Amino acid sequence: MLLPWLILLPFIGGLLCWQSERFSRALPRWIAVLSMVLTLLLSLMMWGQGHFSLAMPQGIPQWQSEFILPWIPRFGISFHFALDGLSLLMVVLTAFLGLLSIVCSWNEVDKREGLFHLNLLWIVGGVMGVFLAIDMFLFFFFWEMMLIPMFFLIALWGHKGSDERTRIATAIKFFIYTQVSGLVMLVAIIGLVFVHYRATGVWTFDYNHLIGTKMSSPVAYLLMLGFFVAFAVKMPLIPLHGWLADAHAQSPTAGSVDLAGLLLKTAAYGLLRFVLPFFPHASAEFAPIAMWLGVISIFYGAWLAFSQTDIKRLVAYSSVSHMGLVMVAIYTGSQLAYQGAIVMMIAHGLSAAGLFILCGQLYERIGTRDMREMGGLWGRLRYLPGLSMFFAVASLGMPGTGNFVGEFMMLFGSYKVVPLITIISTFGVVFASIYSLVMIHRAYYGEAKSDAPLAVMSIREFSMILSLVVLLVLLGIFPQGVLETSHAAIANIQHYFMTASSLSITGISTTGL
Amino acid sequence: MSISIQQLAAFSPLLIVDLSVIVVMLAIAWRRCHKMTAGLSIIGLIAAILSLFFVSGDIPAHLTSLLQVDGFTLFYSALVLIAGLATCIFGYSWLKEHQDNKDEFYLLVLISTGGAILLACANHIATLFLGIELVSLPLFGLVGYVFQQKPSLEASIKYMLLSAGASAFMLFGMALLYADTGTLSFAGIASGLGQSMDQQPLLLVGIGMLLVGICFKLSLAPFHLWTPDVYQGAPAPVATFLATSSKIAIFAVLVRIFIEAPLIDLPSVKLVLSVIAIASILFGNFMAVSQTNIKRLLGYSSIAHLGYLLIVLVAIKDRQLAIETTGVYLVGYLFASLGSFGAVSLLSSPNRGQDVEEISDYRGLFKRRPLIAVVMSLMMLSLAGIPMTLGFIGKFYVLAVAMQGSLWWLSAAVVVGSAIGLYYYLRVAVSVFLPSLNGHVAEVVETSSLSIKAGALVLLVSAAIVVILGVYPQPLIDCVQFAKPW
Repeated sequence: MLLPWLILLPFIGGLLCWQSERFSRALPRWIAVLSMVLTLLLSLMMWGQGHFSLAMPQGIPQWQSEFILPWIPRFGISFHFALDGLSLLMVVLTAFLGLLSIVCSWNEVDKREGLFHLNLLWIVGGVMGVFLAIDMFLFFFFWEMMLIPMFFLIALWGHKGSDERTRIATAIKFFIYTQVSGLVMLVAIIGLVFVHYRATGVWTFDYNHLIGTKMSSPVAYLLMLGFFVAFAVKMPLIPLHGWLADAHAQSPTAGSVDLAGLLLKTAAYGLLRFVLPFFPHASAEFAPIAMWLGVISIFYGAWLAFSQTDIKRLVAYSSVSHMGLVMVAIYTGSQLAYQGAIVMMIAHGLSAAGLFILCGQLYERIGTRDMREMGGLWGRLRYLPGLSMFFAVASLGMPGTGNFVGEFMMLFGSYKVVPLITIISTFGVVFASIYSLVMIHRAYYGEAKSDAPLAVMSIREFSMILSLVVLLVLLGIFPQGVLETSHAAIANIQHYFMTASSLSITGISTTGL
Repeated sequence: MSISIQQLAAFSPLLIVDLSVIVVMLAIAWRRCHKMTAGLSIIGLIAAILSLFFVSGDIPAHLTSLLQVDGFTLFYSALVLIAGLATCIFGYSWLKEHQDNKDEFYLLVLISTGGAILLACANHIATLFLGIELVSLPLFGLVGYVFQQKPSLEASIKYMLLSAGASAFMLFGMALLYADTGTLSFAGIASGLGQSMDQQPLLLVGIGMLLVGICFKLSLAPFHLWTPDVYQGAPAPVATFLATSSKIAIFAVLVRIFIEAPLIDLPSVKLVLSVIAIASILFGNFMAVSQTNIKRLLGYSSIAHLGYLLIVLVAIKDRQLAIETTGVYLVGYLFASLGSFGAVSLLSSPNRGQDVEEISDYRGLFKRRPLIAVVMSLMMLSLAGIPMTLGFIGKFYVLAVAMQGSLWWLSAAVVVGSAIGLYYYLRVAVSVFLPSLNGHVAEVVETSSLSIKAGALVLLVSAAIVVILGVYPQPLIDCVQFAKPW
């Protein structure tokens, strides 16, 4: 019964924020923080009570907690939320980063605070919905819904340094990319439902029923592509990444945190949750293409990151590179790689959020994001450069941080299945260290442009960053808690993929990849 | 053929509207009083809407072979009555400062609404033609209502001339149909079709000409050229009416024809309709992108919306799904149009020259008139088919119906069209939140009067319906399932 509250809390909180604006300018912020704290506590409580580590994988979807309410009986659509280890981890991450995104924009917004927090909270609510919904219609509903507040966030409260026309153009570009790919997915969802309807005569959008729908392989391939396009845009995978850097460059810090930390994760989650179990054969057939696209993303993303002068765009492109590796891992069908991908998603969410928050703080102090105008900041700022350094090395996968665990497990798991791709991907890690260190070098070392000291970090800023640092290190040193939580869910997904595709996967590895 | 009281009772919505036409006319002859005329018309329309509930027990009922009342009729009568009612309410605040005669506006709206209800009852080509003309003729007058303003007059003349041409096409088509089948009832045409489909060029030409006329009235490409000019020139409340009532009624009768007579079995008709649908979707959306005038933009967007809807006709094989799609989509379209055009008309006044129609005029609206701004933005999102709005449910249905009929090209056109559509809808949706340019305010500033409040109430109700049914559409689906013509 508690499940819908994970979604309702942010939504109701958002409406309250909007209306409370008329009483006080600070009130929306406090309401937003309160509702996110409650959401976070609720999700942690579910983690505590769920006994996720005790679940034994049985090869069918196993939900620790479920909620069903009929919605549109005409098509067999219901409000069907369910939680397993995989979604739980994502939910906790969402709640935490949602809280962080509110705290990090504490002083950034100076107009229409109520509406700003409404949008921020509704993004979180939408993402929660995506992670919890297992009715395909409901999933799509949230998938599209979370874009609207993001659109307004970029268009109305975007980067202060650029003019309104650029912001709106960027927001519309972001929206069109994601919405069109979303519509393609809707077509695929409807197609899947029709296939199921023709076979059984039952209208249903329910994940539990649609799973294992029999269909001919060309149909399966087409429908799989429909889903894949939507997730590839969100991931983002080269060549569908055009919106990402602009959207990051123009969005406020809170928007970037949500975008990199949460929205990108919905794509990887969608691939794991839906594409692989629905279309195991077609996915196995498609795996080489997806993996190679992933490899291209790793290197092209790294190259683009390296050549940026805007520090925020650099971080944005580094996510393309990291998510490329996740893509490779997802299509290997190895349980170890899957677990690595989960850890990587969480770690990347935390480290990218940290980097974006630091970029925001840097911008508030020096008024630019252009690295050519930085330099020598190490002497002028306390704490901030050191912390940036930490997140940079976390992002390049230094042992002791969660990113290392994730990358290590992904590479290990993939090697057994696709040695060549794995070996090539490993070099991506080298590139990661190049662009990460170049960023630190350009921004913080070298000749100082001026001697004027800059404002020190406030307690709010410091504690935010510190919490991220602690979590990243914790994840790096003790990932077992996370691994145990997601184990059953991952094993089930892997079971679907492997039973269907054990032949074709070995086929891949012997055909020279 | 005798007509019983019970049969007549089934037609009470139509009769009530006609009666109120006469009452309003007499009232105007007696004394010109804006408030009274508006009040009488609104009372008449509300009475007609209420009568729908009483009638629902008597269906289906036939009145000669020309008219019939069934769930389908009642549903679409309700839609056009709502459109008429909203138009009268918007018209009242808009006309208040009009210097010339105000009362005929309501008379024309009532006549046109009567025609639209007639169309919803039509079971015969003669009624079809009667209804279409009864809908359009008053519209000429309404579009040119502020003939002192040049664009309005120009739009009226343009619409009249082209409309007359389209009617001529339609009549000729009907004559050919009659020549071939010897009957004018929908059922008769159906049986005429059944006999020998391929060897009847006369029948095909007749159907083709009929479709040309109807496509013109629905402003489908390539018969859409009048739409943007007329939408722009027509006063905002009239544009509301033009976009909703006339299109809904004509589309409803088209669906009835296609359900009665298996026209879509003719490969040429299927091909032509598919091409028209794709062309309308693409043209409408592409042309809307470059518009800066919101009425033109909505005009082009209505072309695209009817294009989406036309897919229903192509996929009408699955009658149940087709009927539901039409109903759900048209309800979404009706309320989104009422909301968006209503916002335009509430901000405008004929006294201040042209309507507030440049998109840049809407900047800063959120600060000045938050309610109208939010509604406007919401309606744009609904027209764009974003989840949480009724527009999305409509789009979902259209995609479902296209997939059910394996119409891949049409599904692709919907996806592409929506993509282009987003571009301009979002621009409008976001512009109301932007700061206004150099303090320029184009709209009426008065907010306190009753008429504005009534208009705002209509906006609020439309917005509420769009959102509530968008989140929980089952009541609407139940209602639409009742609206079947068999």
